[in-house]
Amino acid sequence: MAEETRALQVREETRPARVERARRILAPAVDIIETHDDILILADMPGVNQDNVEVTLEKNILTIRGTVQSHAPQGYNLDYAEYEGGDYERTFTLTEDIDREKIEALMKQGVLHLRLPKAGPARVRRIPVKAV
Amino acid sequence: MIEPFVPWREIRRMEHEMERMEREMDRLFESFFPRRRRFFEAEFPPMNVWTNSEGAVVTVEVPGVNPEQLELAVVGDTLTLRGKRLAEDLPEGARYQRRERFQGEFARSLQLPFTIDAEHVEAQYENGILTITLPRAEADKPKRITVQTA
Repeated sequence: MAEETRALQVREETRPARVERARRILAPAVDIIETHDDILILADMPGVNQDNVEVTLEKNILTIRGTVQSHAPQGYNLDYAEYEGGDYERTFTLTEDIDREKIEALMKQGVLHLRLPKAGPARVRRIPVKAV
Repeated sequence: MIEPFVPWREIRRMEHEMERMEREMDRLFESFFPRRRRFFEAEFPPMNVWTNSEGAVVTVEVPGVNPEQLELAVVGDTLTLRGKRLAEDLPEGARYQRRERFQGEFARSLQLPFTIDAEHVEAQYENGILTITLPRAEADKPKRITVQTA
C-alpha cells in the first residue's frame, strides 16, 4: 500500500528558447497518461511520419523530435495561415524508473504514441525496519 | 497649446495604448512559454489557405483523426469541415497527468473569395494533414475580352 502512494511525475524540462537557425521548432501538444504499468505519451505532430520521428531517453531525460515533410502545395501562394510549419521537439524529465528495453513508439496519423513501461517492482527496494 | 478635444482622436490614442499593452503582454507571454505552440488559442483544427488564379488549396492539421470521421461539404463559396477526435480508450485506473490535445467534435467553415467547383474538389489525408483542393468554378473565372479596333 505504502509504495503505491509515492509520487510519480513527468516533469517538463524547462530550458531557454533555442536560437533558431533554419527551421522553427515547435513544442507539440501532449497528453500524458499514467496507468498502473506504464506511462503513455501522445504527442500531436502532424506532418511527421514514422521514419522522421526520434525518441531518446538519456538517464531520465526523454526527448521527442519530429521532422516535418513539407506539404506546401506547388504553384500556390499562402494567403491565410493558422498554423506555422516547423519541426517538433519537446523534452521531459521522468521521475519514474522506466524499463528502457521495452519502450514502444508508434507514429499513427500524425500522432506519436509512446509507451514507457515502468520498471518492475524489483527496482523498488524496501528496507525493513526492525523493531527492537 | 491646448489641443481641442476631438473624440475620435482620443479613441485612436486609447487604441494605440491598448495595442501597446497587448504587445507587451505577448512579449511577457513569450518569455514564459518560449516557442510553445499556442494550441489553446487557435480553433481546432488549424487551417492554412493557399490560392492561385485557378483555385485554392486548404491544408488542415488534424492529427489522430480517422479520415472516415471527417466530413467535407462545399456550398457555393463555402467549405465546411466536420469531424471528431475521441479520447483514447484507457485501461482502468489510468489518469491524465497532462491533457493538452484537443478532444471532441469540431466544425469549421471557411469562405473563399470565389465559387467552388464542387464536382472537382479533392481531399487527401496523410500523416495527420488533410489537403483539400478546391478549383474555382469555370463560370467564376474572369474572362478576357479583346478590344477590337474598328
